[in-house]
Amino acid sequence: MPTVNEKELVTFDVAGEHRHWRLTFDGRVATLAMDVNEDCGLRPGYKLKLNSYDLGVDIELHDILQHIRFEHPEVACVVLTSARERMFCAGANIYMLGTSSHAWKVNFCKFTNETRNGMEDSSRHDGLKFLAALNGTTAGGGYELALACDEILLVDDRSSAVSLPEVPLLGVLPGTGGLTRVVDKRKVRRDLADMFCTNPDGVKGERAKEWGLVDDIAVPEKFQEVVRTHAQALVNDSTRPADAKGIKLTPLKRMLDDNGYHYEHVDVAFDRATRTTTLTVRAPEGPQPLEPDAIHGAGDQWWPLAMARELDDAILMLRVNEPELGLLLLKTTGSIDAVLASDRVMLQHRNDWLVRETIGMLRRTLARLDVSSRSMYAIIEPGSCFAGVLVELALAADRSYMLALPEEEGDAPTPKIAVDEMNFGLLPAVNGCSRLETRFSGNARSMAGAVKAKGKLLGPKEALDLGLITLAPDDLDWEDEVRIAIEERAALSPDALTGMEASLRFPGAETTETKVFGRLSAWQNWVFIRPNSTGEQGALKLFGTGSKARFNWERV
Amino acid sequence: MSINYQDRIPNNVDLGSNRTLQRALEHWQPEFLKWWQDLGPRDFQVADVYLRTATSVDAKGWATYGFVHMPEYRWGIFLADRDPNRKIGFGDNYGQEVWQQIPGEFRAILRRLIVTQGDTEPASVEQQRMLGHTAPSLYDLRNLFQVNVEEGRHLWAMVYLLHAYFGRDGREEAEELLERHSGDANKPRILGTFNEPINDWLSFFMFTYFTDRDGKFQLKSLAESSFDPLARTCSFMLTEEAHHMFVGDTGINRVVRRTLEVMKELGTEDPLAVRNAGAIDLPTVQKYLNFWFSSSLDLFGSETSSNAASYFANGLKGRPDEAQYEDHIAIEQSFSLELPDGSGSTKVEQIPMRNAMNEVTRGSYVRDCELGVKRWNRLIEKAGYSFRLSLPSTRFRRNIGAWAGVPTDLTGRPIGQEQFSAQIGEWLPSESDRAYIMSLMHGVHEQGKMAAWIAPPDRGINNNPVDYEYVRLH
Repeated sequence: MPTVNEKELVTFDVAGEHRHWRLTFDGRVATLAMDVNEDCGLRPGYKLKLNSYDLGVDIELHDILQHIRFEHPEVACVVLTSARERMFCAGANIYMLGTSSHAWKVNFCKFTNETRNGMEDSSRHDGLKFLAALNGTTAGGGYELALACDEILLVDDRSSAVSLPEVPLLGVLPGTGGLTRVVDKRKVRRDLADMFCTNPDGVKGERAKEWGLVDDIAVPEKFQEVVRTHAQALVNDSTRPADAKGIKLTPLKRMLDDNGYHYEHVDVAFDRATRTTTLTVRAPEGPQPLEPDAIHGAGDQWWPLAMARELDDAILMLRVNEPELGLLLLKTTGSIDAVLASDRVMLQHRNDWLVRETIGMLRRTLARLDVSSRSMYAIIEPGSCFAGVLVELALAADRSYMLALPEEEGDAPTPKIAVDEMNFGLLPAVNGCSRLETRFSGNARSMAGAVKAKGKLLGPKEALDLGLITLAPDDLDWEDEVRIAIEERAALSPDALTGMEASLRFPGAETTETKVFGRLSAWQNWVFIRPNSTGEQGALKLFGTGSKARFNWERV
Repeated sequence: MSINYQDRIPNNVDLGSNRTLQRALEHWQPEFLKWWQDLGPRDFQVADVYLRTATSVDAKGWATYGFVHMPEYRWGIFLADRDPNRKIGFGDNYGQEVWQQIPGEFRAILRRLIVTQGDTEPASVEQQRMLGHTAPSLYDLRNLFQVNVEEGRHLWAMVYLLHAYFGRDGREEAEELLERHSGDANKPRILGTFNEPINDWLSFFMFTYFTDRDGKFQLKSLAESSFDPLARTCSFMLTEEAHHMFVGDTGINRVVRRTLEVMKELGTEDPLAVRNAGAIDLPTVQKYLNFWFSSSLDLFGSETSSNAASYFANGLKGRPDEAQYEDHIAIEQSFSLELPDGSGSTKVEQIPMRNAMNEVTRGSYVRDCELGVKRWNRLIEKAGYSFRLSLPSTRFRRNIGAWAGVPTDLTGRPIGQEQFSAQIGEWLPSESDRAYIMSLMHGVHEQGKMAAWIAPPDRGINNNPVDYEYVRLH
């Protein structure tokens, strides 16, 4: 059987027509119908039958959602449905999973999770509502996509069911939060959830509604009408503007070469010898728009949005294409005042839809960074601009190193950092808390210190005292200190680091998202590498071949 | 209330002493009768119909004839006799003991197989419910009803399995079998083909020849199942299904015979002249054949199927007549498939044999279909005409599988969409063909009479004459 060729470069921006989805608009309701072209898999070797999906299908979904967010601000509710008869979606393509490496599967699951989390994020923060209109069989990842919506409607044609058949059919777990959302979000009683998740045929009709797996059911003749009613109710709940005009999202200007990825505001430089990547974000340069009209005029070239799109793309590209570059050095360059000024404009006009969507984009992009399986060091040097929205990079990092220059001497000014209002709740991580709160684990004294420092330029000593950075070596120690830290990190087991970092990054209470990611990283990925799923006799490996899985019956 | 079960529900499953099953069936039977009244043959429920009732599985009992009001038909539950030495005949568990109970791990799959098969049985009764009005003779009317009551019994057979082996889920699925209705947009039958009404008798004969033959091959596959009660149930159903195909085979035969008579009388093959004389011209017969053969092929599923592979591996559903094959494990073998290459030509792909089981079964089906075509052609040849009926290619007009949506001509050669659209009227019944066939559909309910478009059968039912009063209409 051919294996998925994972060496070819994967990009996440979609050029040209969408091949797997049909998007139509009717006033404030957009209908997004899944219509997967089975011959257009991202990699050869499998066919995307029955509206099953692979990474390519999900990349398009992500792209379409971005376009709805920015190009169609008038859309208040997205109806997710299928263009097929009696088939909504069969979930992730099993043959693709069966022939993929572990890393590919994990990256695929992570990205699909983020897209679904992004739907919930847009609903929670920005008023973009989602309605799953399940017009046929809905299995596995198909149902998980529905679970990410605000409401789920299922056609009651006496045949169509929702199901999570991963455990009974494939010997793996639903990979996009299905188990967690069934009990956490939909509050399905856990014994009923147990019945549901072990029945490959799933649950249909009245019972699906009774158990809470769907919000409502309707017979085929009434279905469209019920969909319209529910969509309208969601529109009425939405805070998206009814009469705004969108901006155009133009293709990213990106240059790729052997040394890295180069964007206008973001630069990624590989150092293969030390297995590190330096990711540098540049501050805005020159005059920036101050008022909404000018911001809309700048459109996708407005620095916060342009920078966020580039950063998002860079993170995604690195994850899939450069798995061996395990340590990410986060740097910034440019005017710290320009960043703070940019933040002031965003804060002042945060009720403008475009500003609000841009903050949303920043929020989701930074959240991507948090859940990336890379070690992250922030390197705070002279000429850097870790302030406001960009200080979030340092707060997201596992450690931060800030160069302490003797203030009284040289011409080179010692680096400064600053926190502002952006850092106090507008950009929460997946645990629902700001990175500052997360950092201080709710320690009131530390938080009070940070609040007091709002808007001030902080040198290494103050930053260290406030707990905002990890270390502040002086100029004599700096080079060795940073070099050794990098070499030391790069020598540790990448698996252990991924697990350790994920465990340390989110102290405090869990949210659905932290549970989903935690369980994906732990349970799902554990199951993925066990012989019972992916060994020669494993259920996932053998699915569809006509040979039966042979399990090792030991409970571990 | 004490019920004589053997009287009401003839059976060989010891219904009289099985409390669980009695309770289940007592609840289900009134629902079934209601369904039969509502959606069974329309307007003939009080007629006395000369029907065959199975009262046991032996040679004497399986065909007991007599006049019956259809709602009082004794739908029975019969399994072929148990062979105590029967072993699993294929798949990974080849040679082991067959199962008398459902293994827990296959519960969901077996339930789905039984429900899918079961759903087609009442569906065809619903599809055919208006046909009584336009029967070409009392003989044909009786045959229609025989087919209908037996499809009803096959529903009983599947419901028995659901009730006896699947607990609460099974009872719920049994109810659903009566809830879904053919052609009901809100509660359609599971398989698409079974939602199209059958309004004319040429279609009825084609359906019983081609679509019921799909049923035959599905039943043959299930008759190989390691789940012994399912295998035995299907074995017995096959004896009844044979009659349905007999109705189709002889029905088409009689249509052709009548057409040949008319052609001879008129001394012309001209389709228009044949129509003017009230018979069905052979090109139209061919078009109906093209339609029903191609839509029945879809019922076998995709050429490459992971479900089929898993059914075979687990011993749930085998190949028809599994014994004729040498290798019952079929793990090493591969199967050559000719597939469209996407650019108007074909390519050959090797797929693992287990994944090709649908195609293997479809192949056996096609060979079986050809036998009737040969017989009909022999009639035409004997009458001295050069016209020949033929089966279109299995690639023609497919909606499921690799050839779905690929335009081809009748020989299976890929052609452009434009050419396909231009020629489809020559290959499938057009509106005017259908209108013509419908214009012939007038009920002939007088004893001994026969509609003008069909020849009388060679012999009657159960040694009775052809002009016997098979249905007493009152």
